[in-house]
Amino acid sequence: MSSTTVETRRQPRGRSTTVIVLEFLGSMNLAITLLVAVGIASIIGTVLEQNRPYQEYLLNFGPFWHEIFAGMALYDVYSAGWFLFIMTFLVTSTAVCVYRHAPSMIREMRQFRLSVKEKSLRSFRHNVALDLESPPDAVLDRARRALTSRGYRVRVKDHGDHQVMSAMKGATNRLGYLFTHVAIVVICVGALLDGRMPLKLAELTGRLVVETRDIPASQVPAISRLGPNNPSFRGGVELAEGQSAGIVFITVRDGYVVQELPFRVEVREFRMEHFDTGTPRLFESDLVIYDDDLDEPLEHTIRVNHPLIYKGHAIYQASFADGGSELNFNIWPFGPRGVEPVQFEGKVFENYPMEVDGHGNWLVEIMNLEVHNSNRFIDDDGKAVTRHLGPSVHLRLRNQAGESWEFENYMYPVEEEGRLFFLSGMREDATQEFRFLHIPVAPGHERLIDLRPDQARADHMGDPVMGAGPGPTGIERFMTFQAMLSNPEVIERVVQQSVTSGAMPVGDEAMQTQVAQTMGRLLNVFAQGGYDALAHEIETRTPPDQVEQVTDVFVRVLHAGLQALYLEVLAEEGVEQISEADMVFLEDAVSAINAARFYGAPVFFQLADFNHIEASGLMITKAPYKNVVYFGSAMLTLGIFLLFYVAHRRVWVWVKPGEQGSRAVLAGTSNRNMVEFGKEFQQLSAAALGHRPGADTQESPEKTP
Amino acid sequence: MSVPHEAIEIESPGFFRSLSTRDWAWGVFVVAATTFILAVYGERMDRYEIGVLLLSAGGTVWMGWYWRAFQPYAIVVGALSLIGVLSYGGVFSGTGDLARNETNFFLKYLVSGQSATMWMCALYFAATTAYLASLFRYKDGTPALRPALTIMAVTGLIGAGFWYVGSSNMVSGVEFIAPMFLILTAAAFIGLFARSDFPAQVGTALAWAGSVMGLAGLFVRWRETFLHDATWGYIPVSNLYEVFILFAVMTTLMYLYYEQRSRSQAMGGFVMLVVSASVAFLLWYITDRQAHIVEPLVPALQSWWMKIHVPTNFVGYGGFAIAAMLGVAYLLRARGERVNPNGLLATRLPSREVIDDVSYKAIAIGFAFFTIATILGALWAAEAWGGYWSWDPKETWALIVWLNYAAWLHMRFTKGWRGVGMAWWSIGGLFITTFAFLGVNMFLSGLHSYGEL
Repeated sequence: MSSTTVETRRQPRGRSTTVIVLEFLGSMNLAITLLVAVGIASIIGTVLEQNRPYQEYLLNFGPFWHEIFAGMALYDVYSAGWFLFIMTFLVTSTAVCVYRHAPSMIREMRQFRLSVKEKSLRSFRHNVALDLESPPDAVLDRARRALTSRGYRVRVKDHGDHQVMSAMKGATNRLGYLFTHVAIVVICVGALLDGRMPLKLAELTGRLVVETRDIPASQVPAISRLGPNNPSFRGGVELAEGQSAGIVFITVRDGYVVQELPFRVEVREFRMEHFDTGTPRLFESDLVIYDDDLDEPLEHTIRVNHPLIYKGHAIYQASFADGGSELNFNIWPFGPRGVEPVQFEGKVFENYPMEVDGHGNWLVEIMNLEVHNSNRFIDDDGKAVTRHLGPSVHLRLRNQAGESWEFENYMYPVEEEGRLFFLSGMREDATQEFRFLHIPVAPGHERLIDLRPDQARADHMGDPVMGAGPGPTGIERFMTFQAMLSNPEVIERVVQQSVTSGAMPVGDEAMQTQVAQTMGRLLNVFAQGGYDALAHEIETRTPPDQVEQVTDVFVRVLHAGLQALYLEVLAEEGVEQISEADMVFLEDAVSAINAARFYGAPVFFQLADFNHIEASGLMITKAPYKNVVYFGSAMLTLGIFLLFYVAHRRVWVWVKPGEQGSRAVLAGTSNRNMVEFGKEFQQLSAAALGHRPGADTQESPEKTP
Repeated sequence: MSVPHEAIEIESPGFFRSLSTRDWAWGVFVVAATTFILAVYGERMDRYEIGVLLLSAGGTVWMGWYWRAFQPYAIVVGALSLIGVLSYGGVFSGTGDLARNETNFFLKYLVSGQSATMWMCALYFAATTAYLASLFRYKDGTPALRPALTIMAVTGLIGAGFWYVGSSNMVSGVEFIAPMFLILTAAAFIGLFARSDFPAQVGTALAWAGSVMGLAGLFVRWRETFLHDATWGYIPVSNLYEVFILFAVMTTLMYLYYEQRSRSQAMGGFVMLVVSASVAFLLWYITDRQAHIVEPLVPALQSWWMKIHVPTNFVGYGGFAIAAMLGVAYLLRARGERVNPNGLLATRLPSREVIDDVSYKAIAIGFAFFTIATILGALWAAEAWGGYWSWDPKETWALIVWLNYAAWLHMRFTKGWRGVGMAWWSIGGLFITTFAFLGVNMFLSGLHSYGEL
């Protein structure tokens, strides 16, 4: 775009190529074009989320566009070669602009223009011509006093028949131009050097190769490593409590390079504290720096907004994660065996094969432990309240067919409508929301909710309160109930008992047998598939006109069976007095079993205990040109204020001897804020020439030279 | 012709000699207040806080000298804030009681953070109406019947439409757009009875009053954050609700300054419309999202940089918003001159020169402060995010906004561009600014995601 401007302009002969190139580089059109390019590139970089894993992009855009986007480096626009090239070009263009204009700006600041003609002064927008009684020298003397006391610099030149006094103020306005434009160059150069530019150059010249394999840092070859003398970088490393590292990783596109540090840093402890609203209040890490230059290791605590600066390296608290917490589970198999849990120990981020009787081989992937879960919402009174949910574990189960289910299981029961439930969320993949299974807790376990660590305690201990042992947690009743329900032998026994015990008004033996059979069948159907299966069963076996009636009977029979089964559970437990809460439990248990079909997994992982090990994500940066950028920023600010708020004003007093005294012309101009200057000029003409406004001002039509 | 020399002071009296007794009293007052604060609380302040206090005191003195109307404003805001803070109790000893905002008369009806904000909202709506009403006042001794009725009919219908669609829950939330139109309806109606520009005088008074309540409300809210929980306390410029109040107050104050300098109240209706828009948003945000509830700060915001970064930014946003609304006024005036040189638009709106001059000044001050704010943001980022520049979406959009206005100023300075094109550009600039301010938080993810809806 800019080149056409240059080409279409008629070229005078004899201009050297250098001049043409400089003119092109320093032209406004080029600068605008480049700025627009930077603007567009920047917008792309904000709309397309940067530096995500390539897998994610591939999924979002498909292989075709992914190739194109990756090829154009759109996933990391601001480190892309072409972007850095445009930036460099912009810096050059601005520098040339300054180089070309600086001399005229400086001239403008220094020259007083003493050979100005009366006629041209009279053409100024602000000018006054007067005949005065005092001689020219007295006029000039007074004008000098008036002008210097107002901060004007003054020069006088005697032209023989007349004298000219030239005054100026606010010439620093012109410095504003220089400061702002030099500042842009300074800031960009500093930022380019602190940024990805050196790394890009090393990569282009083949001195550096990006590593894409997932291998331990120690095995990364030398060609993908940067030495400790690398002047600037920004990298990250995640360290579990107790771990240390002498390197950081710098992410480059879909790979990384290893940056060696001149010291080792250890994360001794990571802490996260919460407000009682459940939101985080503090992230901090106790660090230890090991360096041969230190007499003894340096201990320091960093937190967000308070980094540690060591040897020009800034160490930031950037993120946190689980560092491989140790977990104890009780695994409850659903089905007839579900009365006794299996103990299981595992670590976060590890995978464990597991055999489930009748369900083949499974793989358990422990994905995360979340110690703090809370819900903040506005209650009916308009007050914000927080519900603390306690720790939860996130895991994935994979069967041999490759199908997988994700679970989010809460360690402590959660209160809902006055009852307690163990919550277990299930989803098939990360794009879905969790659906929660509400496993009712047997009445009498309300103390569990008090055991749940409150925020303050959890912050300071991070340890669970519930024992690791197999002590009752209130889940046993439900598991026993569902186990019995899924055991046909038990069902048969219970059904027989209930039919013959006389608890139900059933007639003769044949009738009893039929009812028992129906009840047994219904219980089995319900155990297999809940109410839906029951409805299906009815629909396939009865004529349409009887469905309603049959359903009514069947549901009553089913409920009688379930109740009988439940009484059996209570009897086994040794419960003598059946409370209302016990009966509500039955309803909740039936709902849970009915809902359990979506659950997918043959087992329930109950988190029993954990040892929380955290990892702290450190960002370590070196930006030696930071102060250059800050200097440029200060200069930019100063320059902007000079440009906007200091007006470069010039005032001339042209005077020659007159018939009685002298003839004087006062004229002035300003390169900013002509309105304000108009007022100033009125005062000036009064002070310098004793001119009363409105007397005989001769204001010419608007025109400034 | 000449004048006796003695009658006129030749030499400039110098800055301090040009200050009036009132100015000196103002200076003494601020210094005394600062000394009092240092005497009572000095021991509990660290050197940053003392530094910030001294700089604020200096700035307040200078501001009052530079703009005299700031003096009574600051005193009234200070007095109301003190009433609010003292009404909660526990300033000198013990602990204050937040529950008093239900029982204490002053807090409940006037100066608790939330009550003051509601006052601000009402006053700004009223100010906008009054300013606009003045544009429809009598013309040549008779009511400007035709334009007023046309505007009333059109805006009344649209406003009622929004109100109906919103309040019957067809599209929830749009009822908050309705006030923007109903203000115009009311203004045109009132204008039918206005024989002078008295409504504009009322508008100015209401705008001042709204600004008093808005800022006092923020100050009292500042205290309230500590009363919720001593560990929560923060300067209330940390979420979208609080910065919208800041935006409304800052924009109005800047406008009031230009109103005095340009001696033209006719721009008020335009500038206050954008303030009213932010008030409408605020009302929606309060009723629909309970945004006024105080919540503690996330660790990333627990930094004293926030105290200066955010308010500085809003001088920038305020300036850009004023310039955009003046752009609208400019376009209307230019159209009015072309189509009907004797119509309301061509006679009631300020001259194109005045609008142009004020827009330039608003963009200049906005640009200067936006630059400082971005630099302060970079300094803060160097402490919080691991580098002074991370190409985070918010940073990038700040850069785009900056480049946009830099280009605007370049064109004005070097090519002398003026007029309709520049007016359109400053209107477009507000869209870019709004996206940087709101859109980034709503649509793009990044480090700066504090102000989500």
